[in-house]
Amino acid sequence: MTGAALKSTETFEFTPENNEWAQGQIKKYPEGKQASAVMPLLHRAQEQNNGWLSTAAIEYVADYLDMPKMRVMEVATFYTMYNHKPVGKHVIEICTTTPCWLRGSDDIVAAATDELGVKMGQTTDDGEFTLLEVECAGACVNAPVCAIHKEYYEDLTPDSMRQIIKDLKAGKELKAGPQNGRHRSEPLGGPTTLADFVKAEG
Amino acid sequence: MPTLTVNGQEVTVEDGATVLQACEAAGAEIPRFCYHERLSIAGNCRMCLVEMEKAPKPIASCAMPAGDGMVIHTDTEYVKKAREGVMEFLLINHPLDCPICDQGGECDLQDQSVAYGTGESRYQENKRAVNDKDIGPLISTTMTRCIHCMRCVRFSTEVAGFQEMGSIWRGEHTEVTTYLEGLLDSEMSGNVIDLCPVGALTSKPYAFTARSWELKKVETVDVMDAVGSNIRLDTRGNEVMRVLPVLNEEINEEWISDKTRFHYDGLKKRRLDRPYVRKSGKLQAVEWGDAFLAMQKALKGVKGDQIAAVVGPMADMESMFALKGLLNSMGSEKIESRLCGAEIDTKVRASYLFNTTIEGIEQADYCLIIGANPRLEATLVNSRLRKAVVENGLAVANVGPELDLTFSVNELGDDPKVLESILSGDHDAAKALKKAKKPMLILGEGALRHKSGKAILAHARDIADTYGLIADGWNGFNVLHSAASQVGALDLGLTVEGNMAALRDDAANIKVFFNLGEDDTDLSAFNKSFKIYIGSHGDAGAASADVVLPGSAYSEKSGTYINMEGRVQRSAKAVFAPGAAREDWSIFRAFSEVIGNALPYNDLNELRKHMADVCPHVMTLDVAPTAEWNKFGRKAKIAGEALSVGGDNYYRSNPIARASKILADCENARNGIIEEATGTNG
Repeated sequence: MTGAALKSTETFEFTPENNEWAQGQIKKYPEGKQASAVMPLLHRAQEQNNGWLSTAAIEYVADYLDMPKMRVMEVATFYTMYNHKPVGKHVIEICTTTPCWLRGSDDIVAAATDELGVKMGQTTDDGEFTLLEVECAGACVNAPVCAIHKEYYEDLTPDSMRQIIKDLKAGKELKAGPQNGRHRSEPLGGPTTLADFVKAEG
Repeated sequence: MPTLTVNGQEVTVEDGATVLQACEAAGAEIPRFCYHERLSIAGNCRMCLVEMEKAPKPIASCAMPAGDGMVIHTDTEYVKKAREGVMEFLLINHPLDCPICDQGGECDLQDQSVAYGTGESRYQENKRAVNDKDIGPLISTTMTRCIHCMRCVRFSTEVAGFQEMGSIWRGEHTEVTTYLEGLLDSEMSGNVIDLCPVGALTSKPYAFTARSWELKKVETVDVMDAVGSNIRLDTRGNEVMRVLPVLNEEINEEWISDKTRFHYDGLKKRRLDRPYVRKSGKLQAVEWGDAFLAMQKALKGVKGDQIAAVVGPMADMESMFALKGLLNSMGSEKIESRLCGAEIDTKVRASYLFNTTIEGIEQADYCLIIGANPRLEATLVNSRLRKAVVENGLAVANVGPELDLTFSVNELGDDPKVLESILSGDHDAAKALKKAKKPMLILGEGALRHKSGKAILAHARDIADTYGLIADGWNGFNVLHSAASQVGALDLGLTVEGNMAALRDDAANIKVFFNLGEDDTDLSAFNKSFKIYIGSHGDAGAASADVVLPGSAYSEKSGTYINMEGRVQRSAKAVFAPGAAREDWSIFRAFSEVIGNALPYNDLNELRKHMADVCPHVMTLDVAPTAEWNKFGRKAKIAGEALSVGGDNYYRSNPIARASKILADCENARNGIIEEATGTNG
């Protein structure tokens, strides 16, 4: 994407709550080092701006932290978790890094793209869903994994992936975590070690 | 001071030196792209890899501090392989377009791939392509060629003080650009062309006009301002193709301003190439003899005190000296060089020099600017100030209109009366001056041409005396001139009692008025006089003259210039003047013979000998003088009228700049005017 494509004319301003929160972030750093708060502020700005960073939001953060606009733009474009174009209401980030891939993330991607009718990196026409490919989500023990909003959905199968999307479409509440009945990252079917200990405790 | 071994040779280097510097001290050449001694260390090109014993892998010598007892090798097979590897990486995505690249022949990547590469590529894959950026009228970008050394980014942020250049995205997708591809808005921007080690940033105006090896290189002195930057004119045939900086640590380091770099097309446009005489209201081209005849006629029966002259901003000392000789021989002493009306006292040389010297700025810890805009009046002085601010914590205060000098400035308002309270010690700035170890002040033309110019000069002098600006080995009193000719003219004594105002008041009495290349001052007071213009360009001065004599631009003559520090420098002749134009001094010499009072010199050397009789220091070249400090200025109350500063016409400040299309484009770009050339426009 060229710089020209990033240009936008709309305005951006933190809500009073976000403003207060941002002030708290800045206070974490010594005086004059407020630029250190650039990443959390960009994240919060992205949240407030429906999941993506417009030029106006980037410039707002730059002014907010008294930084040159280019320095903020560099940070915002370097990290892939900042989006630079509008995204859907639900952003589904599917991990495709090696452990997830070995556990069948290709099938998960196929199920999601088929269910939504868009390719990875695209947004559905109704603006409801965006599919994104992400690098290691750090939840390899429950691979394959996807992230939606602030929750992880783990131990996915193509069917459970489809079900999640259907539930989102229907507006149902989702159950975060493993989708195969497993408790957190315990072995499938319950604990296998220290079982006696747990019983004695209980 | 660590001592280390490089290729079996022991070297001792300064504390804080890098391995690369140690290798250079030992005479080992280290290839590099990102490392530049005037910029911060980046360590991102990896070309400077060397072998260090006991290290598990090659080290980037530019970023590794030299340590005691290190054993470095730069000539082993290991190092050769490392360099070949890095070179191969750098060339993966670099296009093979050297034949159509302007950098070809003077390209670091080209040279170093020949010297350190394998000579062949193992890559079959496609190369990445990057969109070119439009960052203004001066710099042509071919971003596919960029190797991401980030020299341009570091230069912009560190030296030029322009923060909106950087690199966006990451890894394979990294792109160097300005914020939203805006204008690289700095008067120093052209230097990134020199810094770019590849052909990613090249000169837009120079694009595809010449190859480096077909150019004749002439080292000379810049006359766009009073800094006296050392430059190189690259010429082909009788044409200046481009201007490049020449290293001079004491003046311009290795930078030049954009006006210096890009005025050169103005040397080829709107030139006066033959004499003109006004006949029935219109200027008509004539032969030299006819022009002289017309002048002779006008001078008939005119008394000495009815003749006056002014000298413009780019006049060389030889021309001014010959003009002075001509006027004196006719009985006139009325030559003025302080066209802006600056109240400069010529009795004490230290009162009109930049005594601290440009290099000396780096030692200063407090600087008071009075009525000057160094960024636009003397760009290289400003970048020295910025260097001192960034590296040594120089504090700068400004009396005058608020300025963006690329560094933070304590604004003291534009009322010069503040100098009175600084002098009496009431002002905060007085305390700061008192506390400073090496304080300096810069007095600009804006202050000296003020209604109370004389009083301001006297106050500045007293401030200098009161607050220890004058000490052993330190003189913190500085005057910032904007005209290259100014100090030389003052040294020759080209001043009239009562300044320009007196000369103007006397206008009714002036029958013949000589104008040596002054086009920026309103001289309409002399419209009744017979006006003789000697200059290189058909600008305002020529338009209103009765006789126009075509002179030479600075590039077409060897001339002596004294910069604001009082440093005498000599320019060199790079090309010949167009048509019938002559070197200015020789015009006066020839005319003096016509009126039967020949000046006593036949060539430049003889003239210089005579000039040395008047001002002996003109024979001491390239040395910043230490001028003696003495009393000057006249004490008076300062009138409370706001100071103004120059520089608003930065890109149009002299006839050469005004004739330059490139500089006009710069001004338009800065003002946001984008002119698209169409069949009927542009």
